[in-house]
Parts: sequence; structure tokens; C-alpha cells
Amino acid sequence: MSLELRDVSRTFDGKTAVNNINFSAKPGEIIGLLGTSGCGKSTLLRAISGLDRGYDGEIAINGTTTKAVHDKVGFIFQEPRLFPWLTVLENVTFGLKGDKQDMTERATKYLESVGLKGSEKLYPKQLSGGMAQRVAIARALVTSPEILLLDEPFSALDAFTKMQLQDLLLDVWKTHQSTIVLVTHDIDEATYLCDRIIILRGQPGEIDKEIEISEARNLERGSEKAAFYKKEILDSLDLNKQSSRI
Amino acid sequence: MKYKGELTTSVPLKKQIEKNKATGKLNGFSGSGRTVILGSIIPVTLLIIWEGLSRLEVLPAYQLPAPTVIFNTILTMAQDGTLWSHIGITTIRVFQGFILGTIVAIILGSLVGFYKKAEQLLDPMLQAFRSIPSLAWVPLFILWMGIGEPSKVTMIAVGVFFPVYLNIVSGISGVDRKLIEVGKMYSLNNFQLIKRIILPAALPSFIVGLRSGLGLGWMFVVAAELMGASQGLGYLLVLGQNTLSPETIIASIILFAVIGKLSDWILKLIQDRSLHWQDGLERS
Ligand SMILES: Nc1ncnc2c1ncn2[C@@H]1O[C@H](COP(=O)(O)OP(=O)(O)OP(=O)(O)O)[C@@H](O)[C@H]1O
Ligand SMILES: [Mg+2]
Repeated sequence: MSLELRDVSRTFDGKTAVNNINFSAKPGEIIGLLGTSGCGKSTLLRAISGLDRGYDGEIAINGTTTKAVHDKVGFIFQEPRLFPWLTVLENVTFGLKGDKQDMTERATKYLESVGLKGSEKLYPKQLSGGMAQRVAIARALVTSPEILLLDEPFSALDAFTKMQLQDLLLDVWKTHQSTIVLVTHDIDEATYLCDRIIILRGQPGEIDKEIEISEARNLERGSEKAAFYKKEILDSLDLNKQSSRI
Repeated sequence: MKYKGELTTSVPLKKQIEKNKATGKLNGFSGSGRTVILGSIIPVTLLIIWEGLSRLEVLPAYQLPAPTVIFNTILTMAQDGTLWSHIGITTIRVFQGFILGTIVAIILGSLVGFYKKAEQLLDPMLQAFRSIPSLAWVPLFILWMGIGEPSKVTMIAVGVFFPVYLNIVSGISGVDRKLIEVGKMYSLNNFQLIKRIILPAALPSFIVGLRSGLGLGWMFVVAAELMGASQGLGYLLVLGQNTLSPETIIASIILFAVIGKLSDWILKLIQDRSLHWQDGLERS
């Protein structure tokens, strides 16, 4: 599914958080949103998801503008947000409909791929932070969303699990060709996963720069080319530097 | 074992901790039995002293009869059957008042919790009513409903209502907005949101309300039965006072304590069953 933002702004009580955001994503594209803290990345993601309807401008999903939550859109939040009264398995099947047997099978498959086989019967209070976030990731992926919004999904995880889950995300992406918008603070993650990186700057946040990564997903972790992109991104995030558009 | 040994030799402080842990574990095996025994030492000693003093007639029997006398009173009542009818009628009153108060609390609490308008309309008034000491209603209820069952049950229901109501409201309005957003991402409608997220999230608070409501119910049944009854444990209190038999009064007090505790224990069991997922919270 394609996604298009036209002149999207969001104002909270007279204070503008993001201003005039325009970008579009082709079906199957992975877009990274990068920017300093407080520049409105989460705000933007919530507007796209339909959870927040108070924005100005238009957001079109597959060509139709809507402000409601679209049921083909999945969201992985900054925190796990698991339901404490449900087991891991029940949390993952929460958004699924249909035959119970089917649901359990699907959920078990995704739990296995996030490395939580055998933890189905645990309650959230028994999970570590990283495990909880992995359950949340499985819960979002199990519905095979066609647009997947991720808000720093891996920031609570250790480096190794993080890489595994990044690869899992790519696997899911390969099978479902979901359009993905990924908010991240991790530049390596952005260069590894994204086709295009959009850099937000300032308060209110505005688009400062778009970096196309033509070799996306052929970039090896830590390769020279990746380092080149990293430097470019770091330069544009540099707080001392005047914004390139001013 | 070997590992432990190594630890202890290298760090003396750790040794102490390990040792404490070990004894702690030992206690754990017979822990509940041991605490019961420990907890009963003083009451049992006091009972024996009390019994002794009564037999030596240091304590006048017309004021504080011996424990055995009290026990016999209960036994006699149990044998001639009056005990069960007194307990039965009191329990039924509490039960009826509890159900009535809870139902009204659920209805008003949900309205106030879910609808901003209802909160603005109802909550200030209910808060104002709450600041009236509930026993002050007694004369009014008697005037309205006579001295029979309805006024007693209403009295108890008023006592039960407030803690249940307050806890429902705070339970519903305290539901994490972030969890509701997860539900919205799955396009749940309002009814599903309530059923699948808000109610389970508000359940702990609701049960806490039920438990303190029940406690107040037992308090209010005493007041209700004191004001005029021909049966019930509260009536036994009055009877004991009028016939100058302290053993009846004390027997009634003991029975109140026992069935009050028993009913709370049932609720606690339900609480533990339905809230086993809850994190950390020490439940009493
Ligand atoms: N509900 C809200 N009410 C008022 N202001 C808000 C609200 N949500 C966000 N803001 C403001 O909007 C701005 C952007 O917030 P946002 O959470 O989108 O930042 P972010 O880029 O996601 O930051 P971070 O990287 O720290 O997560 C902040 O200045 C914040 O104070
Ligand atoms: Mg954020």
C-alpha cells in the first residue's frame, strides 16, 4: 500500500510540533524517520496511524484520504504496551480474528521467530523488558499489516537481539512487501533497513533532508558505504550546523 | 554446596547473607505452621490467664465471664438451633445489602467512569453525600421504611455503595490510555474496548472496592440490628445487654468476627484467582 503525506502539521495548544511535512512512500518502501528528540517523529507516526486526528493537512493511504484507523496499518510502539492480564500467546493473538486453532498456530510461529518459543504461557510481569518488546513485535507482525509503523521498536534491546529482529523485520517485509515507516535514533539501523531516510530538524520539526540509499539492504553492517551514509546523516543532524535550508 | 562454600570463605559479608537465606528457606518449609504457632502464643496465654482469673473469681462473672462459659453459650445456641437462625438472618441481610449496594455502585460508577457528562452531573452530588456520616441516615430510613427489613438492607447498601463506587470510578478512569490505543489500532469498537481492555484493567480496583465494601457491610449490619431487630447477631448484642448476660454479647462479637473474616476470605480467594497476573502488588 502506498502512503502520502501532504502538508501535514500538528499543533498542540498553540505550539506547533511538526510543520508542513510532505513525503510519500511507494508500496513496499521502507522509510526511516530520523531526528533529534522532540522534533515530532512520534507525533507524525501517530497522525499516520489515525490514533491522532488533530493534525492539519492530508494523509492518504492507497490514494484515499482518511483520518480513521486503517485496519491494514500496524503499529509497534516505543514501549511494549502488553495487556498484563493476558498471557504472551493471548497478547499476540489479541488482534486476530477467526478460528482459534489458526490464530494459535500463527502466533506460535511469530513467537518462535522473535525467539520466544516456550514462553507462550508466561504473563507480562514475568518478562524482561527486551522479551516484552519482542512480544509486542510479534503481536504487530502477526496481523501482516500492509503498512507498518514502528516507533523506535528496537531501542530497548541488546545489540545482538536488535540485529536479529532487524533481520526478522526484513524477512517479514520480503514476504508481505509491507510499506514501512520506521522512527529510529540508530543511524546504523536506518542505513541497514531503509530505502530512504527522512531527516527532521528543529522545533517545530520540519523535513531537513532526504537521503536515498540506492543499495538499501545490500549494505553490509559496518561496510564502508554504510559508514559514508552514516557520516552524511551525522553531518545533517549536527546541532551546531545551521539548517541547510536557512 | 561447594560453590556456596567458596563464596563464604572469600567474602565474610556474603556468608552472613547466604546464611540468612538458608535459614529463611528452612523457615519456608514449615513457615505457615510456624507463624500460626508464633501468632497464637500470646492469645492462648491470655485465654488461660483469663480462664484462671475467672475461676478464682478475681474477674466478676457478671462483667467478664470465663472463656469456657462463653464457649458454652455458643454451644448451647448451636444445639437448640437459635445460633444458625441468628447467623443466617444477619448474613442474609449483609448479602442483600451488599448485592444492592454493589449493583447501584456498578451502574453509577460505570456511568461516571465512562461519560464525562455523567461525571459532571453525578460525581459532585455523590461526593457530597459521602461526607455525611452514614449512620446519620438511620433515623430517616426508619421513618421512611419502618423498622423492618427494607430499612436495614438499605442501610447496609449505603455502606457498601461508597467504597465500591469510588473504586470503580478510579479503576475505569485510571485505565492506561496507551493500552486503549493498542485496541484502537486493531479497530475495536467502543463496546469491544470496554469488554476487552477497560473492564479487565479496572478489575483489580473493583475487587478492592468489593472487599472494603463488604467490611463496611458488616459494620453497618450491627448498627442496623441494634436499632431494632428480633433476630440476628446484632439482636443478640441487645439481648445480652438487656438480660445482663455479657457472655451472650461476647459470643455475638466473636461470631461477627468469625463470619466477617470468613466472607472476606472468600473474596480474597476470588481476588487471588482472578488477579494472578497482577505484578508485585502485596495483597492483604
Ligand atoms: N499530547 C501532546 N500534548 C502536547 N504536546 C505534545 C503532545 N505530544 C507531543 N507533544 C509535543 O510535540 C513535540 C514532539 O513530540 P514527539 O513525541 O513527537 O517527539 P519525538 O520526535 O518522538 O521525540 P523522541 O525522539 O524523544 O521520542 C514535543 O515538543 C512534545 O512536547
Ligand atoms: Mg518519540
